[in-house]
Amino acid sequence: MKQGTGLRIYAVAYLIFLYLPVALLPIFAFNDGTVIAFPLQGFTTKWFVELLSIEALHGAVRNSLFVAITTAILSTIFGIFAARASSRYRFPLKGGILGLIMVPLVLPEIIVGVALLVMVVSLMGLSLSLWTVVLGHTLICTPFAVAILSASFNGLDRSLEEAAIDLGETAMGAFFKVTLPLVTPGIVSALLISFTISLDEFIIAFFLTGSEPTLPVYLWGQLRFPQRIPVVMALGTILVILSLVLLTVAEFFRRRGVRRTGAKDTGGFL
Amino acid sequence: MRLPKGEAASGLLLVSPPLVYAILLLAVPLGSIVLLSLWTQNFLTFDTTLTLANYAEAFTDPLYRTLMLRSLAISGSVTLATVLFAFPIAYFVSFHVAPERKALWIFLITIPFWTSYLLRVFAWKVILGFNGVLNTSLLGLGIIDEPLTFILYNANAVVITLAHAYAPFTILPIYVALEKIDRSLLEASRDLGENAFVTFLRVTLPLAMPGVVAATLIVFIPTVGDYVTPVLVGGPDGRMIANMIQIQFLQLNDAPMGSALAISAMTIVAAISLLFLFLMRGFLKERA
Repeated sequence: MKQGTGLRIYAVAYLIFLYLPVALLPIFAFNDGTVIAFPLQGFTTKWFVELLSIEALHGAVRNSLFVAITTAILSTIFGIFAARASSRYRFPLKGGILGLIMVPLVLPEIIVGVALLVMVVSLMGLSLSLWTVVLGHTLICTPFAVAILSASFNGLDRSLEEAAIDLGETAMGAFFKVTLPLVTPGIVSALLISFTISLDEFIIAFFLTGSEPTLPVYLWGQLRFPQRIPVVMALGTILVILSLVLLTVAEFFRRRGVRRTGAKDTGGFL
Repeated sequence: MRLPKGEAASGLLLVSPPLVYAILLLAVPLGSIVLLSLWTQNFLTFDTTLTLANYAEAFTDPLYRTLMLRSLAISGSVTLATVLFAFPIAYFVSFHVAPERKALWIFLITIPFWTSYLLRVFAWKVILGFNGVLNTSLLGLGIIDEPLTFILYNANAVVITLAHAYAPFTILPIYVALEKIDRSLLEASRDLGENAFVTFLRVTLPLAMPGVVAATLIVFIPTVGDYVTPVLVGGPDGRMIANMIQIQFLQLNDAPMGSALAISAMTIVAAISLLFLFLMRGFLKERA
């Protein structure tokens, strides 16, 4: 088909545009020179070796892992509550309540950052810590968890749970023995997506970290020093690979969940 | 079967943990910055007399006005560019890709979005810079004699970078809208004698508009408040309102003024979004 061919060429060109900046990271991470420009200076792995000796970086990685894991668990738990309520029950103000929970999706992150900063520091007089970052990240990750888990809960066949209750299980027992195992792929997917978002999030962390920076906040500080750029590129390469692995695993579980509940695959997380 | 009252109670009980969290950490903080924006900073303490002075300053000070208008102009350009470039991609995946390969295409399109935002923006700085990848490549190939300077540290660079960062956000909603179109409507149009182009304009495009409207808002709303891109690639002429909000909070220590700017920006964005939805209301009605 003639029209299809033109579109296909455009689509491939568009994908190249999408991947171009990401592709630069590994190219310069292995380049033996501090200036980020072509032609390349030769192959080296010294930037990766240098990563091993930067203490501040290791601290930032530990902080980020703590924040991302805590955020993932909290967001997924909130997501399970909201998604289950939304798919199984009718209650007053349902649209408004779920709307409020989903609002952070469309709010500029800087607004979330300053609003939390004002409440925590100016009004409550608390000091900033990794926990304040967790509070902010949980707020923005919960809507993603709700979206993923709603798809899982909506795809469930209600009669399975009813059958368990008819066979003598309590409502609680039926939920834990029948419903929860069926939505496990959705839960894993929600955990991984929340983890990935939190690990990458910069602006909220920038406003809400105290003396312990998360990885993006640390990176932000490094970008001002030209001699640190190749190391940043090496770190970026590792982060890209990590994100890819996490997303592929999340996608695998999401698809398995779709198959398990017998729904039609609509593709994608959003 | 439970009574509806019992069902409502169970539903509310179940939704209460995320609801209480959203109220405490979203509604209350937003309420606090509204309150704070009505106060004034008095060196180290707040003057808690309620006043609209900060808002008067936010709307009349030429610096704030320039930043606000520039943010809206940059966001508008970014939104227009991303939607125009994304539509053919969404159309291609929905109409020309075999059903079993659609999920793969969507996965490929969304992957770059999940890699570090900070590093993607930084990569554009590396591409567009004076000694950057683009200039050194073009010089090396003999296409240009001296480095191009109009592509970094200005509003153009901010538009290019943001358009790249938000591309997947526009493709997905348009794709979902296109997927929902009943293909028999297109056949009907062709059977009734319309050519492919007119069919696209009069059937496909109007039916895809809910996706286009969603995509527009999904890009426009967050880009107005973007902070990272203007700092890394914007230069002095590419600064946006979020940079000023950050300066007020973390450098000038004038949280009330920062709050007033944040609330003003949010209100203006909300007003523009509502106006846009109102103008597009004809396309958003449920069609039988």
